[in-house]
Amino acid sequence: MPQTLFDKIWESHVIEDFGDGWALLHIDRLLIHDLGGAPALNELKRRGLKVRNPELVFATPDHAVSSAPGRTGETFPEGAQLWSGLRKMTREAGIRLFDLGEDGQGIVHVMGPELGLVLPGATLICGDSHTCTNGGMGALAFGVGSTECVHALATQTIRQRKPRRMRIRLDGALGQGVTPKDVILHVIGKFGAAAGVEHSIEYAGSAIRQMDIDGRLTICNLSVEMGAKSGIVAPDDKTFAYLAGRPFAPGGKVLEQALLHWRSLASDDDAAFDRDETVNVAEVSPTITWGTSPQHAIAIDDMIPDPSTESDLDARATMRAALDYMGLEAGRSIAGTKVDWVFIGSCTNSRLSDLRDAARFAKDRRVDARVTAWVVPGSLAVKRQAEAEGLDRIFRNAGFQWREPGCSMCVAANGERIPPGARCVSTTNRNFVGRQGPHARTHLASPAMAVAAAVTGAISDVRCL
Amino acid sequence: MEKLTTVEGVAVPILRINIDTDQITPGKELVRMRTEGAAASLFAYWRYIGDREPNPEFILNREPWNKAQILLADRNFGCGSSRESAPQALRAWGFRAVIAPSFGGIFYNNCFRNGLLPIEMPIEDIRSIAMQMEAAQGNAKVIVDLSNQTVTAPDGTRKSFKAPGVLREMLLLGADEIDVTLRRAAETDAFRSRDRIKRPWAYRAA
Repeated sequence: MPQTLFDKIWESHVIEDFGDGWALLHIDRLLIHDLGGAPALNELKRRGLKVRNPELVFATPDHAVSSAPGRTGETFPEGAQLWSGLRKMTREAGIRLFDLGEDGQGIVHVMGPELGLVLPGATLICGDSHTCTNGGMGALAFGVGSTECVHALATQTIRQRKPRRMRIRLDGALGQGVTPKDVILHVIGKFGAAAGVEHSIEYAGSAIRQMDIDGRLTICNLSVEMGAKSGIVAPDDKTFAYLAGRPFAPGGKVLEQALLHWRSLASDDDAAFDRDETVNVAEVSPTITWGTSPQHAIAIDDMIPDPSTESDLDARATMRAALDYMGLEAGRSIAGTKVDWVFIGSCTNSRLSDLRDAARFAKDRRVDARVTAWVVPGSLAVKRQAEAEGLDRIFRNAGFQWREPGCSMCVAANGERIPPGARCVSTTNRNFVGRQGPHARTHLASPAMAVAAAVTGAISDVRCL
Repeated sequence: MEKLTTVEGVAVPILRINIDTDQITPGKELVRMRTEGAAASLFAYWRYIGDREPNPEFILNREPWNKAQILLADRNFGCGSSRESAPQALRAWGFRAVIAPSFGGIFYNNCFRNGLLPIEMPIEDIRSIAMQMEAAQGNAKVIVDLSNQTVTAPDGTRKSFKAPGVLREMLLLGADEIDVTLRRAAETDAFRSRDRIKRPWAYRAA
């Protein structure tokens, strides 16, 4: 029977089928971070249990550490205990930690692919909802809660409900100024924030095949903003080339065996999906959110929508509340809205290609005097490579702050917040109420669009820069 | 796992779509709740004016809704961040069940591990229960029965729901999930010996 890519990976990891679509799955890789790592390992210890496979678990501090230049694990005092706890507990458990200042440190979903820890056809979990990012490598990757994480540490397995399968074909060529971020925001705007609930999404089509790995990771990153726990792209030669020589990727004879397996990882031609959608990406413009849900996404040259034209009464109510929170008026152009902050970073858009793209537009321009603009690279490796290419100088000369790798203002768990009432164009993935700080107003956009906002002081079309 | 068989109590409607876990427990509460307890952080943005002054407009600040054990919600409830503080705060407040048309996937799984039962039900049924509760100004009871997988509205109307077998069983017994899985060590070991030959790279990071 023809199978989807998702089914192939799922079935190859089923230890026991419980019926009703539930199964006990084997987990190939487990990633932990400072926010949940030490608490999970402490809980395990309290119960007198050991980590089942410490050699398959990897750790890095990212959520609750400062991104200030010259930072240590104690620069953000409230996070200091989580950081020192992660150091202590990973050492005790024999888990490899990529600590601050050490090669490999970074946002967990940036460092994973970069180190070759995330492999096609593998199962990977982490106590973070954006674990779905890693599906861009062809892995079955999804976020879990802290209790599930403890279970996985103790058993190297997890109990999960098999989701339905959805495919989104992205066909066509991206227009000028349009990036993978614009495409996925457009897709969420089109299908809604709940479209992927109880589904796993496979992204396919010519635009995906053309896209580099960084772009695929960005696309998969926002799967959870559509309600799906996982998103995946079938691995191809681009994936295998990306993995070649990465420190934790297989080599030699094992690699040959792996490649044979990896090349079989695609949905069969006549595999059935529960939902199949096609989007022509040539129709996508640079896209930005206006409201407080990622589905509140519009093209940069669109008007802020009028809730009274929305037929779904529930959606209408949330649109009204969103306009109020965001301090915007329906029917006006989104372009031209003044901004106070710009944040470039997060597991969505902090990879080298993102920074190169941003730097291209920042070069020989100046951040508007009323705007505070930050660039937070996704990992130490990204930071070093960017510096080797001189990108940091471009950003600094333009008036951006060039900071240390971590989650920073995406989740604001490290105390780095947008002030109340301030408006921020952010390359992150969530524009929820209060996400970047109490009463902060977030507009999600691509790195290029973030730079356009920074240098003009207002939400602007990057194509007109 | 905290045991749950039946719940009989006030059901409070908060019928907004896409309520994310940042609204259930805001990021700024995550450190604070370690010292103050999870209940105080629940819906913090909506519940308080300024720092901890109760907002009289918010339904959970009003009698008898503040004694609710069942939350009536709209689609995609608990979407967003994987933070387990969200179900923890709901449970600490006193909730034992959340009824919604659909849930954020990670939140759904997290609920069971925190003594909270997520129930999927069509929005029409949820609205009907909400209208009855509102008509009675909160002075009515809804009964959730996990053994029989039914929800009984104040007017006696009974609707069925389906909870996943494995998690339902654990909740009914109050069984510990790690213990249950560790008892399957033989199956796990057998799987791994087979799989290791097929996918040696999965078992060691080179």
